[in-house]
Amino acid sequence: MSEVKFVSPETLEQAVDEYSKSSKEGKTKILAGGTDLLVQIRSGASQPDTIIDIKNIKELKEISNYNGSYTIGAAVAGAVLDEEKDFGNNWPGVLEALRLIGSEQIQGRASLGGNLCNASPAGDSVPALIASGATVNVKGPEGERNMPIESFHAGPGKTNLKNGEIVVNFQFPKKQKHSGDAYIRMIPRTEMDIAVVGCAVNVTIENDKCVDARVALGAVAPTALLVEDASKALIGSNFEKDAVEKAALACEAACNPIDDKRGTVSYRKKVSKVLFKRALEKAIERAKRG
Amino acid sequence: MAKIQVKTKINGEETEFLCQPYDTVLDVLRRDLNMTGTKEVCSTGDCGACSITLDGRLVCSCLVLAAETEDKDIETIEGMAKNGKFNVLQKTFLEHAALQCGICTPGMLVAAKSLLEKNKNPTETEIRYWLAGNLCRCTGYDKIVKAVQAAAEEIRENA
Repeated sequence: MSEVKFVSPETLEQAVDEYSKSSKEGKTKILAGGTDLLVQIRSGASQPDTIIDIKNIKELKEISNYNGSYTIGAAVAGAVLDEEKDFGNNWPGVLEALRLIGSEQIQGRASLGGNLCNASPAGDSVPALIASGATVNVKGPEGERNMPIESFHAGPGKTNLKNGEIVVNFQFPKKQKHSGDAYIRMIPRTEMDIAVVGCAVNVTIENDKCVDARVALGAVAPTALLVEDASKALIGSNFEKDAVEKAALACEAACNPIDDKRGTVSYRKKVSKVLFKRALEKAIERAKRG
Repeated sequence: MAKIQVKTKINGEETEFLCQPYDTVLDVLRRDLNMTGTKEVCSTGDCGACSITLDGRLVCSCLVLAAETEDKDIETIEGMAKNGKFNVLQKTFLEHAALQCGICTPGMLVAAKSLLEKNKNPTETEIRYWLAGNLCRCTGYDKIVKAVQAAAEEIRENA
């Protein structure tokens, strides 16, 4: 094995500089919580020659709330975000999605940024982030840019980050009055598993009418999906049976899943409709409360 | 290969060690520091046998690089008994026969201690969910849950 370098920069600039320099020469990995990366290193699936630990960078560990709009650092661990009670009141769907990942031990380390960059089609927090309307700030050698979550992934394990770009933080929109989000996943057991299908719904209600809706699906396509046809079916409706059915069919139509031991294509498609309805119900209930 | 020098605190004691970039905290604890109370089982973060706390957070030491722990505060099973006296959890685990082969026990104890520091009066469901990342193939978990409940009660009574 050639020399492996471990660095833990304290500023974003140093991290970007190191990342863009070393990623040209070889295999560089960004280390956040390490709950995916260390498993990959151990199995030999990943053999980075440079590891950049980004957890000593202030911006990546920060949680802030400006006028009701949250900014969450990419490396903030699930257990840490869970203690930020007001975040959970604003975005219960995002928090429940992140908190579903692994055990309490994993939650001590696993982060939204890591879940996004690992780019698994079944990553639980990703559909919830998409439904929330959050965007992600990235910084690279050419400066900063902001991307919607739904356009972040290029395929399983692949992102649209450019050479040297690092995910800095997530920017959440201000939560609308009478809006609510929810995430539900289907797994064969009760805990500690990978989603067969995941669905996130975020709705805003005014005078019993749906005025805004975002629906996202995970584990049913090469990347998590924003299902715009489902949103269209819901917006303007009173969540009457026909509108909900139409949105559910849009979810089914958006699915382009793999056939594997965890679920067949037809099973995943069917489950996407069921999960959508359940997540919608939960989101509506939360929207009515707040 | 150049080794990385790390200065960290383990069970309250300043500790220095040298490690390779790919070494985990678990590797260093067991191999170099001779602290073999922390067990290695799955090495992929699924079983919880290697549980420690890092700056007060419960984590799997197999998923933390040793090089990351510069200036951190690590607590392991070796720090649990104080002055030759068992922690209340260690006592209730014995009283309730909450262990058989013992391999999962250090991880269970570290995880349960972390729960009781956060939640003084956990329900059975809360205990079961919190310990969901600690696998035991012997006991069927029931005795472990009862031991944690008994410890919680004792801590509350003595508070």
